[in-house]
Amino acid sequence: MSPAITHVTLAANEASEHRTLIITLFALFVLATLGITVWAGRQTKDAADFYAGGRQFSAFQNGLAVSGDYMSAASFLGIAGAIALFGYDGFLYSIGFLVAWLVALLLVAEPLRNSGRYTMGDVLAYRMRQRPVRTAAGTSTIVVSIFYLLAQMAGAGVLVSLLLGITSDAGKILIVALVGVLMIVYVSIGGMKGTTWVQMVKAVLLIGGTILITFLVLLKFNFNISDLLGSAAENSGKGDAFLEPGLQYGADGTTKLDFISLGIALVLGTAGLPHILIRFYTVPNAKAARKSVNWAIGIIGGFYLMTIALGFGAAALISQDEIIASNPSGNTAAPLLALHLGGVDSAWGAILLATISAVAFATILAVVAGLTLASSSSFAHDIYANVIRKGQATEKEEMRAARWATVAIGVVSIALGALARDLNVAGLVALAFAVAASANLPTILYSLFWKRFTTQGALWSIYGGLIVAVGLVLFSPVVSGDPKAMFPDVDFAWFPLKNPGIISIPFGFAMGWLGTVLSKEEPDAKKYAELEVRSLTGTGAH
Amino acid sequence: MAAEAPPPSTEQPKLPTPEEFTEVQESAEFGELRRSHRSFAFPLTIAFTAWYLLYVLLSNYAGGFMGTKLFGNINVAFVFGVLQFVTTFLIAWWYSRHAATKLDPKAEAIKTRMEGGA
Repeated sequence: MSPAITHVTLAANEASEHRTLIITLFALFVLATLGITVWAGRQTKDAADFYAGGRQFSAFQNGLAVSGDYMSAASFLGIAGAIALFGYDGFLYSIGFLVAWLVALLLVAEPLRNSGRYTMGDVLAYRMRQRPVRTAAGTSTIVVSIFYLLAQMAGAGVLVSLLLGITSDAGKILIVALVGVLMIVYVSIGGMKGTTWVQMVKAVLLIGGTILITFLVLLKFNFNISDLLGSAAENSGKGDAFLEPGLQYGADGTTKLDFISLGIALVLGTAGLPHILIRFYTVPNAKAARKSVNWAIGIIGGFYLMTIALGFGAAALISQDEIIASNPSGNTAAPLLALHLGGVDSAWGAILLATISAVAFATILAVVAGLTLASSSSFAHDIYANVIRKGQATEKEEMRAARWATVAIGVVSIALGALARDLNVAGLVALAFAVAASANLPTILYSLFWKRFTTQGALWSIYGGLIVAVGLVLFSPVVSGDPKAMFPDVDFAWFPLKNPGIISIPFGFAMGWLGTVLSKEEPDAKKYAELEVRSLTGTGAH
Repeated sequence: MAAEAPPPSTEQPKLPTPEEFTEVQESAEFGELRRSHRSFAFPLTIAFTAWYLLYVLLSNYAGGFMGTKLFGNINVAFVFGVLQFVTTFLIAWWYSRHAATKLDPKAEAIKTRMEGGA
């Protein structure tokens, strides 16, 4: 056993001694959120409550909830890990995840709030033939959300093995199953109201925890960022290269292409993420939607700036061997950093570790609830009510369908969650971004801004983007042919990039254009007039 | 709140008719609103995307330049990254100001008239 591994085991043992504390913190959060859920469930009476939280949240509340929905295990565990291992290259995630909000702010949030009701499909199908386009929108919503869920589940598994020293597969699966059951309860009982409050609480906890760690890191370096970076570079053993781009992606032409691909997926993905988009329905009008995006940009931006301290702090204070031994992709760097800041063999260290891990756990639960709500809403509202029942379902039936869909999606994600343990969770989430940018964003933009866009264009764009993005991931090193892949023992990877965005996103846009110019049907001019006027003015929005 | 969830067009009886929507869409006033939004949002979207891509491409293909140290261990790459944050905050603020002064009053006027006159 190498010294590093012994060290990690020690850390885990240390944590295990304080297992009661960790479990108490977890239990407190779970109990508090369950309380909120039951309370919210009592107030959830009609579909607008279940899907949109009654549309009565303030811009600040929603901004906080959007932040809680967005800053996932990928942001907290994944980015800290990516920076801790690859230095500057990991920082791309922080930048891309933030800049992406401008697309949502300038082009999507307000028109969506003005013209849709409950789901992304409401806007995509607005001026199209309802059944095929809603089916497509529902399908892509569920696929994107499941990719995203996969990352959160991977994060949950990783946390638990670190904290409780559980390394057996059975133990990890048990925890993933616990997360799955909790998310089913949150969403099916609390609906959007419960989910929103859980996300707000989580955002406050996450920001608080991150400020604490950032403060402690900076304190160690006398608030001198240059010293922090210098120590990180030195301790990483990679010198100045650690602070420059290229450590992870600079090896050759292919990896450089992968970097561009990731960069594009990050910046274009956010505005196509269904679980984020439906949050804009929880405020009374488009102005409030705009303000909530501004709050979110402020909160999320502040958080991502602090990932510099988390990531480089971990690199400066913990050896690379220890980080890698704990998790090959660095996913545990942030909790390990908390342990080291408090002192590895001290109670204070264990308390910090427990606190940060509880925060990470809360983060995962809140995001998972948002994702589950987005996919079950879309199933119930787009596919069940409008396609299967052709708009004839009662509100009660629709909500019942949503609750059953929640259970089904929970079960699927528990099953998939066991597969993705060793992948960096930020990388996994970037895949969801790529799929969202390929399948959803083109159709959203064309629908809102292109008069000629037709049903065929929408279908080609959604399915084309979806199939190419998912297909390329399937044949990429993420799934097979790499030691860290989901199936490391087989190799059917012929697509060299880990992120498909550079191909699938232009493809999605191109298919939307091609499908439109080749379609025989005329676009519905009246419906476009209605959509355009409503989306820009808010006429008839409620 | 409507009890059903049919396609959005039929959900609210008080909505203006399709003819009214078409009429408004073709009006000069709405054209002005559309132009104010698009002429601001579209070029700005292209600009910040290009600025971001510049950062991605420089990271990839201009490692030497990005690695240049400016002061202490702070290099060009780091400053570039932080600048992306700054521009994001500024653009969000700038757009919101534009929307509040140039878009909201026009949108509000059209909405009030359409809903009132329906």
